[in-house]
Amino acid sequence: MTGISLRRLGALLRKELIQMRRDRITFAMMLLVPLMQLVLFGYAINSDPKHLPAALVAPTQDRFSRAMVSALELTGYYDFTHVGISATEAEALITRGAVAFVVTLPSDFGRRVERGDAPQILIEADATDPSVASGAISTLGTVAAEALQRETGASPTQPPVGIVVHKRYNPEGITQYNIVPGLLGVVLQMILVMMTSMALTREIERGTMENLLALPATPVEIMLGKVMPYMGVGAVQVAVVLLAARLLFGVPFVGSFGVLAAGIFTFVLALVILGYLISTLARTQMQAMQLTFFFFLPSLMLSGFMFPFRGMPGWAQTLGEVFPLTHFLRLIRAVMLKGAGQPDIAQPMAALMVFVLVYGLLALARFRRTLD
Amino acid sequence: MNAIEVTGLTKAFHGRKVVDDVSLSVARGEIAGFLGPNGSGKTTCIRMMCGLLTPDAGDGQVLGHDIRREARAIKRQVGYMTQKFSYYEDLTIEENLAFVAGLYALPAEAVRDTLAGLGLTSRRSQLAGSLSGGWKQRLALAACIMHKPKLLLLDEPTAGVDPKARREFWDEIHGLAADGLTVLVSTHYMDEAERCHRINYIAYGRLIAHGTVPEVIASAGLTTFLVTADRPGELAARLRKAPGVEQVAPFGTTLHVTGTDRAALERALTEAGASFQPGETSLEDVFIRLMGQSRDNMA
Ligand SMILES: Nc1ncnc2c1ncn2[C@@H]1O[C@H](COP(=O)(O)OP(=O)(O)OP(=O)(O)O)[C@@H](O)[C@H]1O
Ligand SMILES: [Mg+2]
Repeated sequence: MTGISLRRLGALLRKELIQMRRDRITFAMMLLVPLMQLVLFGYAINSDPKHLPAALVAPTQDRFSRAMVSALELTGYYDFTHVGISATEAEALITRGAVAFVVTLPSDFGRRVERGDAPQILIEADATDPSVASGAISTLGTVAAEALQRETGASPTQPPVGIVVHKRYNPEGITQYNIVPGLLGVVLQMILVMMTSMALTREIERGTMENLLALPATPVEIMLGKVMPYMGVGAVQVAVVLLAARLLFGVPFVGSFGVLAAGIFTFVLALVILGYLISTLARTQMQAMQLTFFFFLPSLMLSGFMFPFRGMPGWAQTLGEVFPLTHFLRLIRAVMLKGAGQPDIAQPMAALMVFVLVYGLLALARFRRTLD
Repeated sequence: MNAIEVTGLTKAFHGRKVVDDVSLSVARGEIAGFLGPNGSGKTTCIRMMCGLLTPDAGDGQVLGHDIRREARAIKRQVGYMTQKFSYYEDLTIEENLAFVAGLYALPAEAVRDTLAGLGLTSRRSQLAGSLSGGWKQRLALAACIMHKPKLLLLDEPTAGVDPKARREFWDEIHGLAADGLTVLVSTHYMDEAERCHRINYIAYGRLIAHGTVPEVIASAGLTTFLVTADRPGELAARLRKAPGVEQVAPFGTTLHVTGTDRAALERALTEAGASFQPGETSLEDVFIRLMGQSRDNMA
């Protein structure tokens, strides 16, 4: 009796697709927002920024210190905005955030280089955002050494300087590649849940629900008609984000594409059905939006996207398990970065399938066939 | 067997009964009018009959199907036209019709024929939202008869429709009824009420009169006099205060003066020095009286 009629489903799908296409702004948003988020998020977190302001504390100015400064500036990472200042002034600058680095040369720097007893250079880096400093620091040792070698004209067997790096405020860095695959999950979740959460409330607010309910479509058909177009949207978004991840950020992809596609498919299905579930709960689009965010924020915090999952307290980890994003992050990181295969991701995959089932059943139970 | 046979329908919203113990029967092939003041519960009744609202009490059958348990079967055979336009404004006329046709699994010709019947073939790519009010009504009506239902539930189908289109609409309804279709149509227009085989009058959620138009008029037991006056406004004001006069309605230079007590009415008119002659009580006079009565009963 509740068999699905392809004819009716086709009519519902066609209608949804036409409406989606006519709603230009929303349509543009569905394609542009993921890209924008990826670029903003990706660069903010994952960038290797250049031309960072730096201060030089050098009691004596000589050809060695000048050579050091110009060599460092040549790398593109450093812009010495403050030169020849005192250590106290430099401390104030880095505290305020006016400079990202303070390079301190010892007072007898030139003499000690000439003597060949490897004076120490202190580089203090503002590592509140560790990714900012890492690129700059990693080039430093070689650049400084080469510059001084050119100046002394010799090629000594031992390095002419010792470099001491102090990463300040946040001594550990985080892995870069973690972010972009995770971002795919976040972007999909945001757009797809939000869009589908409007599915029924839009009909109610426009007054078309009464007619839709009076027509002979079954609740399952209505649900499929509402969520399937967004599966298509999800597919496009996945393609965009994965391509951008490759081209813009060079994120490696060592796993199997088939395994990844299956994981993404299940995740997207869970998301659109979740959105639909929200739309059966909400009465207005405003409520739908609020419910979406009510779900979105904790899932962002507790899924392991923002903070390392293992670093969270036990209760937070338990709570985190109820979000599809948590399981998807495990899945996609394992597949993309570690090359995990089907058996390795069986657990997150099963979890995602459970979400699909639970959300789908809840949505069908919550669907109101009447206007009561 | 009757197309509609419901008894004791009751529905409350937020503790307020908006439909109270309504029993209604409509024979097959009949055009039944559904009348009553704004907010009297017509739309709510119709929604309960096609399974869009669950009654708090009462039950019944529509086309032989139980309204509580067989809503799906009812929906397939009923054409329901909502009071408020509820097709998709961001879909074209043709796309809306195709959507409905798809849900009823109708062949593609159904859409083409309906467009031609409406005279909208050349405008089929126009967005439904950009149609004028009257055309929206006509589109909605055409869409709900496309699947050849056995029962039409029409909720104010001609509100805002011009006289010619209304006449065409009623001609079509009568044509369909002659072929055996049953129609329940709500309306506020008296002339439309008179075009129905039988009418049902509901006020404050209660069905308070039903029958053919002459039956309903006769059962009200009203007498009406036509009064001609030079200054009808002044006379009307005076008559409204007179005992025995229940309604005074100006029609151009004549006044329709109505009351239940014929003798008292004649006395009042003679005392006012008006020249009067017996007239026919109209359905409108009856309805206005019924409305006043039921309000008194509620108070
Ligand atoms: N979903 C609802 N929630 C709360 N109250 C409702 C709801 N639907 C209808 N009502 C109330 O029920 C009463 C009857 O409404 P209904 O729409 O049935 O009247 P109607 O006879 O169709 O009026 P009209 O001639 O203006 O269309 C009204 O007072 C209305 O405010
Ligand atoms: Mg109504």
